[in-house]
Amino acid sequence: MTTTTQTRSALRFVPALFAAALGIAVISLTGHVQAAALHDAAHDVRHATGFPCH
Amino acid sequence: MYARFLISALFAGAAAGLIAALLQLWFLQPIMLHAELYEGGDLVHFGADKAATVTPELPGFNPVRDGLSLVFSMLTYSGYALIMLAAMGIAEDRGAQINGRTGILWGIAGFVSFHLAPGFSLAPELPGVSAADITARQIWWFATAAAAAAAMWLIAFGKGWSMWGLAAILLLAPHVIGAPEPDIFTGPVPTELAALFAARALGLGLVAWTLVGAFAGYFWQREGAHAEATARAGN
Repeated sequence: MTTTTQTRSALRFVPALFAAALGIAVISLTGHVQAAALHDAAHDVRHATGFPCH
Repeated sequence: MYARFLISALFAGAAAGLIAALLQLWFLQPIMLHAELYEGGDLVHFGADKAATVTPELPGFNPVRDGLSLVFSMLTYSGYALIMLAAMGIAEDRGAQINGRTGILWGIAGFVSFHLAPGFSLAPELPGVSAADITARQIWWFATAAAAAAAMWLIAFGKGWSMWGLAAILLLAPHVIGAPEPDIFTGPVPTELAALFAARALGLGLVAWTLVGAFAGYFWQREGAHAEATARAGN
């Protein structure tokens, strides 16, 4: 029983970690990277969502 | 399991991001375009011979610029949905119920973590306002959002005053320490525009986050039910 629960938790935990890491990567890309092309494209959304811009 | 995270996050983020972008174009874009006239010097607020009109001619809809806003809004909220679903998945393992209704609470907690808490000391900026070094503000932003997100988790799932006390400290600390501020104020934009922008940005943030939370909870539950039905049919 314990083994099953642990396996199930592990099955959930690793994908969750993966989702969180991917999410943080996406947020960094759309909200924080200062490369000129990205900054210009995301400019208005960055201001609207309260990311530090410029 | 990977698919369940990805599908729920993409659907929730795309739907909420699309609505958020349309609201942004309607309520925030005119204020930004107006502020840019001051930023670029087309309008002058202080020291001009004649006061500038409060209803200047603004550039209208710009397909490229506004289209990119749609895309990046959907991407941003998909990223937020991924982070929120990661926490939702772990919470469900520990006995929490995740669905569209409880998702609303998750969305509000996400808004507090990623928009309200950083915005409390680094108010949503209009183009043209003066601000401190961007790197310092980004570090402060990430630290504040992480601390607030941890605090939200402790308030929701912590038991006892020690947990809640720790949550209060996590919420307060970044603001007691203080956000990076500019040395001097040189922004050419009228305070009336900046105040309206900050209020509306936070208001729309709450709407967008509530939607992300509700959609993420809904799709998470739906994808789970679908997977279970498929597994049962397979047996």
